[in-house]
Amino acid sequence: MHDSRHWPLYEVFVRARGGLDHKHVGSLHAADERMAIEHARDLYTRRQEGVSIWVVPSKAITASDPGETESLFEPARDKIYRHPTFYDIPDEVKTL
Amino acid sequence: MYTQELDVRGADPAPAADPGVLEQHFLARVDAEQKIEPKEWMPARYRSMLIRQISQHAHSEIVGMLPEGNWITRAPTLRRKAILIAKVQDEAGHGAYLYSAAETLGVSRDELIDQLLSGRAKYSSIFNYPTTTWADVGAIGWLVDGAAIMNQIPLCRCSYGPYARAMVRICREESFHQRQGFDLMLHLARGTAEQKAMAQDALNRWWWPALMMFGPPDASSTHSGESQRWKIKRISNDELRQKFVDFTVPQAKFLGLALPDPLLRWNETQQRHEFGPIDWNEFEQVLKGNGPCNAERLAARREAHAEGAWVREAAIVHAEKQRLRAARQAA
Repeated sequence: MHDSRHWPLYEVFVRARGGLDHKHVGSLHAADERMAIEHARDLYTRRQEGVSIWVVPSKAITASDPGETESLFEPARDKIYRHPTFYDIPDEVKTL
Repeated sequence: MYTQELDVRGADPAPAADPGVLEQHFLARVDAEQKIEPKEWMPARYRSMLIRQISQHAHSEIVGMLPEGNWITRAPTLRRKAILIAKVQDEAGHGAYLYSAAETLGVSRDELIDQLLSGRAKYSSIFNYPTTTWADVGAIGWLVDGAAIMNQIPLCRCSYGPYARAMVRICREESFHQRQGFDLMLHLARGTAEQKAMAQDALNRWWWPALMMFGPPDASSTHSGESQRWKIKRISNDELRQKFVDFTVPQAKFLGLALPDPLLRWNETQQRHEFGPIDWNEFEQVLKGNGPCNAERLAARREAHAEGAWVREAAIVHAEKQRLRAARQAA
């Protein structure tokens, strides 16, 4: 896939404001990382949508397989005792 | 192992998986309003329908820069010029979001651009009309972008995740396009008699092509059935067209301009506007390539692509050189 005549694909992550996580916003093609940042600026932050950008070559990302969704995520479903709402606390008990 | 590289199509599921079962599972997810994501199983027809629709949409954004770009150097004030540049830049961005969304379906950017430049791909027929006066910039923003928004808002809920997400971003930006167009028309309509006449003339020329943007009447629309079943298209062409007319009539009245349709009238019982017949023959002709600017638009895109070739190649060579230099210094 890595044809040297083509600009590779990058995934773009933008931090909207200081204190927030970087969030995936989309992808773009660029010749190198520097150009990817510049294109991401033009493409995804034309209206002050961000204060920081990450770009990552798409092929560097390893993702979970949608076919394994059940085996990966189902086991958490019946472990409701991991949530605070599982526990009945008498009304008289405060600040708990 | 999976890579996230979205322009590489995911491997087909294990041969043991029964296509009937996979399709049932897919339809159940669509019915439950869940989003389908790139690497998941989907019917081949769903994939090809999306590639066709999203890439046509992307091409429309890119070709759509041409009629308005025509006026950037001749905008009457610096303010209008800055607005128009921002709008045309947005269209380029919309094209880029949409090409990216199409690529997640396993088709390459180069393939899509080649389809456009070779004339095999379609784009919205509206961009094959010329922009002969400054008022056309206003009419396009108000009517063409207005019609586009009407078409695009339901697509924000489309079943394919990357397309829906691109549409959310696009709709947010389109609203500025429509409002600046209306604002431009309002200034002309309240200006000198000559300016008002120019606005009226633009409205006369863009009204019918704008109504055609919603596509053929429901009775003869070929792709609608499957598209609605798969929740790509949610509202029919005629319903959207009707809504557009109902929204636009009072806006034209506010501008003091007349819509060029002698049959247009309010139907009290049906609570909607009736409007005259659309010239579908004209629509077919423009779609077939015989519109006023089809040849000119494609020629402009081909020229831009050819003249940019050295830049694309130089950027790759430069990037490679930088990589080698960094590697040598590290050694």
